Amino acid sequence: MDEGYLAQFLSLFEQFDVLAAFWVNIQLTAYAAVLALVLGTVLAVMRISPVPSLRWAGATYVTLLRNTPLTIIIVFCVLGLWGQLGITLSADFQTNFFRLAAIGLGVYHAAFVCEALRSGVNTVPVGQAEAARAIGLGFWPAARLVILPQAFRGAVAPLGNVLIALIKNSTVAAAGSVAEASGLMRTMIEFRPDVILAVFFVFALGFVVLVVPVGLLTTSLSRRLAVAR
Amino acid sequence: MSAHVLFDAPGPRARRRMVVVNVVAALVVAAIAAVALVLLDRKGQLDARLWTPFLEARTWTGYLLPGLLDTLRAAALAIVASGVFGLVFGLGRLASSRAVRVVAGAVVEFFRAVPVLLMMIFFYLGISRAGLLDPGDVPLVAVVLGLTLYNGSVFAELVRSGVHGLPKGQREAALVVGLTRGQSLRLVEVPQALIAMLPAIASQLVVILKDTALGAIITYPELLAAARRLGSGEGNILQALLVAAVIFIVLNYGLTRAADRLATRVDRRTSGTATAEAPSLAVRAGGDD
Repeated sequence: MDEGYLAQFLSLFEQFDVLAAFWVNIQLTAYAAVLALVLGTVLAVMRISPVPSLRWAGATYVTLLRNTPLTIIIVFCVLGLWGQLGITLSADFQTNFFRLAAIGLGVYHAAFVCEALRSGVNTVPVGQAEAARAIGLGFWPAARLVILPQAFRGAVAPLGNVLIALIKNSTVAAAGSVAEASGLMRTMIEFRPDVILAVFFVFALGFVVLVVPVGLLTTSLSRRLAVAR
Repeated sequence: MSAHVLFDAPGPRARRRMVVVNVVAALVVAAIAAVALVLLDRKGQLDARLWTPFLEARTWTGYLLPGLLDTLRAAALAIVASGVFGLVFGLGRLASSRAVRVVAGAVVEFFRAVPVLLMMIFFYLGISRAGLLDPGDVPLVAVVLGLTLYNGSVFAELVRSGVHGLPKGQREAALVVGLTRGQSLRLVEVPQALIAMLPAIASQLVVILKDTALGAIITYPELLAAARRLGSGEGNILQALLVAAVIFIVLNYGLTRAADRLATRVDRRTSGTATAEAPSLAVRAGGDD
């Protein structure tokens, strides 16, 4: 790599705002993560509840969403919800696409949050639930006071995986016309095909930098929060 | 823990309450469905002319079946290629040479952290520009390469964690009967690890099949792209996407069920523990082994 190549490559960053594109991915991830966590928790409670119809509804949701490609869901949000049904979440075009994509990401990852929480419930020993029942707690108090607090701690590592997947999947919002990192990479390469490799590595490293700390954090959290048994 | 331990076998009062909650839940679901249907109807999305194309043969022969075929072609190529990639780098991560382990480890961790779409776009534009291939083949090659690097890395991790999940006695016994470490890996440990990891491998196949849909973004004519073309031709994009989604769900659900069944069957076939999930990036990043 001679100096000319490097200088040319660096000049690209004056024309394109790479950080702003990554910021869109981070924002998409944040909104979608909140939605997925809320919806996923409700689904997980439904799936462990004593009411068969709730269990069935939760299981159906998870099966359907988990087996649908995220790309279809995002395309559906934009072409279907907005294009055909006329659902607008903002007068601004870009904001509208952004919100639709965030909803698509959240709805899809809620299924995985639900499964992560269920795996957390599995880390709670049976004796705990039996003890909760023995002192007279019904399903809801037992779940809220005894099982779920421990399940969340046990689910930190799998939830971290869902978050990592969500960060990476935020690039799929490109299918919904959201201007985020993968779209900018495409534009930059098409504009300057001579530095394609360097451009790719900048974006790839961007995601490594976003993903690795989340992995480290959730691993150490899962160790510190693990209930000693 | 079985979820059913959370509550007692219901008595008469609990059963009455449950009937009530059941009815209420059913009503809520029905209400959501009704609102959705009314909304769809108001937009004219329930018109017969938007749905009848799916009863015509040419919709299937012209759009959906070729799309499905291209989806399956990309998935099949990616499965074979990532299997090879996974075995090579999985063995690399277990090699006795430290340098090989470090290089294989770096490759695997890198490709697991980079979004598949980013790789697909890179290969799509890179290969088109290099002009090595017939332009018609470029999208397929880009899709397969992107899927292979990511899922191959996951397979490599599966090989590694599968071998680590085996009891130590397996290797000790292999060494005692005079095998070298490499032979012990190839003949004793990896085959067992693969059997133990079959359920996880099978569920990773679902990931590959789903991710082929990313190809639509780089002009690969798979099922989603076909559905979009059909939808814009007939003006029934909503319906076309729905049908494509149903096809994906049926395929993937079948695969998932097969994986679940495998999980219960292979449990007895190996001394390792079978897991139904790919090893997590979160735990790996901690570098605990």
